Amino acid sequence: MILVFCELKDGKLRKPSAEALSEGRRLADASGQQLGALTVGASADGAADAAKYGADSILTCVAPSLASYSSDAFAAAIASAAKAKGATIVLGAATAMGKDALPRAAARLDAGYAGDVTGLSMEGGKLQAQRPVYAGKAFATTGFTSAVQVATTRPNVFAATEKTGPGAMESVEAPAGDFKAIVKEILAKGGGKVDLTEANVIVAGGRGLKSGENFKILEELADALGGVVGASRAAVDAGWGLSHGIQVGQTGKVVSPTLYIAAGISGAIQHLAGMSSSKYIVAINKDPDAPIFKIADYGIVGDLFEVVPELTKAAKAMGIGAHH
Amino acid sequence: MKILVCLKQVPDTETKIKVAGDGKSLDPTDVKWITSPYDEYALEEGLRLKESAGAEVTVATVGDDKAKDVLRNAFALGADHAVLIKGDGQGDTLATASILAGFAKDKGFDLVLSGNKGLGGDNSAVGPMLAELLGYAQANVVVKLEITDGKFRAEREIEGGTEVVEGSLPAVVTAQKGLNEPRYASLKGIMAAKKKTIEETEVAGHAPATGTLAMTLPAARAEGRKLEGDAASQAKALMDALKNEAKVF
Ligand SMILES: Cc1cc2nc3c(=O)[nH]c(=O)nc-3n(C[C@H](O)[C@H](O)[C@H](O)COP(=O)(O)OP(=O)(O)OC[C@H]3O[C@@H](n4cnc5c(N)ncnc54)[C@H](O)[C@@H]3O)c2cc1C
Ligand SMILES: Cc1cc2nc3c(=O)[nH]c(=O)nc-3n(C[C@H](O)[C@H](O)[C@H](O)COP(=O)(O)OP(=O)(O)OC[C@H]3O[C@@H](n4cnc5c(N)ncnc54)[C@H](O)[C@@H]3O)c2cc1C
Repeated sequence: MILVFCELKDGKLRKPSAEALSEGRRLADASGQQLGALTVGASADGAADAAKYGADSILTCVAPSLASYSSDAFAAAIASAAKAKGATIVLGAATAMGKDALPRAAARLDAGYAGDVTGLSMEGGKLQAQRPVYAGKAFATTGFTSAVQVATTRPNVFAATEKTGPGAMESVEAPAGDFKAIVKEILAKGGGKVDLTEANVIVAGGRGLKSGENFKILEELADALGGVVGASRAAVDAGWGLSHGIQVGQTGKVVSPTLYIAAGISGAIQHLAGMSSSKYIVAINKDPDAPIFKIADYGIVGDLFEVVPELTKAAKAMGIGAHH
Repeated sequence: MKILVCLKQVPDTETKIKVAGDGKSLDPTDVKWITSPYDEYALEEGLRLKESAGAEVTVATVGDDKAKDVLRNAFALGADHAVLIKGDGQGDTLATASILAGFAKDKGFDLVLSGNKGLGGDNSAVGPMLAELLGYAQANVVVKLEITDGKFRAEREIEGGTEVVEGSLPAVVTAQKGLNEPRYASLKGIMAAKKKTIEETEVAGHAPATGTLAMTLPAARAEGRKLEGDAASQAKALMDALKNEAKVF
């Protein structure tokens, strides 16, 4: 069996999990295996959604003690379901939760692990993973020698394709005992906006913005395009009150949106590492020789303080982003 | 309190990656090696606990002789003990975690600090694997850490915000940018580090469960086109191209 750890939020299957499931379906078809979806929590509301993405069976691990996320409890639940079903491949999305629980589950299963993968295939009955390494400066192919193979899929890379499966529901045993660590509260700061790694459109600003307040013009453009705001490290470190959670680059988020707009960003190698796999890149810079133009599909040489508000105006006039 | 900080030696972030003749590893020519940037936050947190709570800080790396540089640097910053665990620092995450676990078990570390991601391999896996192998609690991608009476409270980064994780020591905590501002080594520290002894040891670990089969460079992105005119016409031309040419919207 190929087992996919699925995250539920507000009674729905999270999109990165739907993407992992779809990829699991594709691999299961390619290798003649069953696809199982696993949910863990105090309720299984939304677990049935997994059938839409091709799950043959939906395993639900439900207990009141699982209401809050716990690394060790969730890892134990994943490993025990994988063992019970004899799964040889365990997948999940490379989200905050997936990246926390799956490596721990892998160690429990004596399994090899490939993190944040952008491609998967079956070769001679074993899994192979394509992964960006050196923060996207290169790609590696990882092969496995262990019996159980664990990988996390990078959000926004794999398509979530609807393909109805039987989705037979089955409950599995919940981990017992004291949990070693547990989430006590969530301090939201993102104002309900999607995370950079899941965004389709990112409008990022650098030192060229000159102040934190000036990021407002980027927010207006991002809102008009249905996107979110990112920043270079120089901007985050400038003491402008920007959260480091929005830093893009080698020591920040590695993103691959459909559209990445870089305003007032020079294009240092560490910044490029984090965004050069974006589908379309737009650069706005007053320096025609800024390195960012070398990788931009569309370049605007000009003063961002003039160009960005005009972009917002043009987007609104054309009704762009209205369907997002 | 006894603290272990795991340090990994990685290519400098400025490095232009070149693939070696074997088609799957990094060509080491001209590569400058540094301590993985996130590990600097881990070490700084350990040193702050040494200063505020009298902790004893041991740093360890799995690697070859060249990796002694990161240990020497940690001595200069204030680490008490430094250990080179001789082995393949690029083995795989499970092998590396099991070697570190084999070293740490029986030594009574209350807190193990590491980076949330080792630059290069980029797996973000050694911390949680190590926690599992040692039977420790874990908090990953941490931007704020408080320790009182054998318990920890950690704020960790999640999508769109942070969440608070609580648990009891012993624990593995992986550091994220924002946790602290790492110090620079003083000349005095650098001189003192020269006299300190790096311990060397060998620890048996799990055989690698994965291997790199190939490494390739991404196709170079072609330079696109520049949009001409004043700001208003550039803006209109861009939105037009995004909509009708790239079909982004
Ligand atoms: C270990 C390490 C890790 C790093 N990690 C990262 C990382 O994760 N992410 C990251 O981004 N960087 C990272 N860096 C930093 C990186 O090297 C650069 O310093 C940084 O990316 C520069 O940010 P910037 O482009 O905003 O600033 P600058 O390089 O200062 O560029 C500002 C740009 O704005 C333009 N500009 C100014 N005014 C205007 C205007 N009015 N209109 C239009 N354009 C204007 C300028 O022409 C210039 O090109 C790292 C560095 C190190 C050493
Ligand atoms: C191109 C390439 C691709 C790779 N792909 C894979 C893969 O798909 N799966 C896999 O399992 N391995 C892979 N590896 C091997 C892996 O990178 C190494 O085993 C490495 O030691 C740990 O991986 P990481 O940097 O990805 O670790 P991460 O889990 O990202 O590292 C987190 C933290 O663990 C600590 N740490 C990591 N390594 C060491 C060390 N040697 N000594 C002390 N502390 C350490 C550091 O504090 C580090 O910040 C790959 C390596 C390369 C070069």
